[in-house]
Amino acid sequence: MKKNEMRLLFDSCSENESFARMVVAAFITRLDPTLEEMADVKTAVSEAVTNCIIHGYEGREGKIELNGWLRDRELTVEIVDKGRGIADVEKAMEPLYTSRPDLERSGMGFAFMEAFMDELKVMSAPGKGTRVWMRKRLSRV
Amino acid sequence: MMEKGYRIQGACLIVDVPDELDHHQAERIRRETERIRRGRPVRYLIFDFSDTSFMDSSGVGMLINRYRELSALGGRVAAAGVGPGVKKLFSVSGLSRIITFYPDVKTAVSELWEE
Repeated sequence: MKKNEMRLLFDSCSENESFARMVVAAFITRLDPTLEEMADVKTAVSEAVTNCIIHGYEGREGKIELNGWLRDRELTVEIVDKGRGIADVEKAMEPLYTSRPDLERSGMGFAFMEAFMDELKVMSAPGKGTRVWMRKRLSRV
Repeated sequence: MMEKGYRIQGACLIVDVPDELDHHQAERIRRETERIRRGRPVRYLIFDFSDTSFMDSSGVGMLINRYRELSALGGRVAAAGVGPGVKKLFSVSGLSRIITFYPDVKTAVSELWEE
């Protein structure tokens, strides 16, 4: 079994959304994912990181942790913040629900993570931050 | 003065969407289109996606809000040159039901103009 692991810690500023996407894209590049798989993973990572910045830290400074694991053609990513956390995770995950319509949020972030990855788990509690865990199996080349 | 990537043609405001339309870029576009619209009678907002390879739900949220504003004034939001990289996001989000697509900006301007 081929294995690989990565860890990254970065500041919660919006410029780092593209940085985080690029890192994960580079991490899976050697597996030759299809263009669609690559776009799916980038979108899911982008949604999770944006949530940390907007909702977790509410625009304030904080650190975001990005962990990635590869086991053969299976990617696992974890995006972690130590921000305010989510009181009702189930509610937050409802399609089109947003706690911040004032910020032009579409409420589709979790729905996209769910649609574009194979598995999604969200662990959160008020004051304890949020951990988003996602897994995707890449097709055989 | 308008930022680079924004231009007016009659009642149309044309916005060149960057390579990646995420939260960071969506905020910039929201601010600049708002600023321009305060001084100009914009009826049609045309987003040129021909150089765009990525969009996420922040881009979707920004476009939905522009659609709401413009349609309240009898205007329209259009997307030109949408490529394979972002097409999926348009359909999964339902945006493709409220936004008109054109192959390129030139066609969008001429067809919206004629109405």
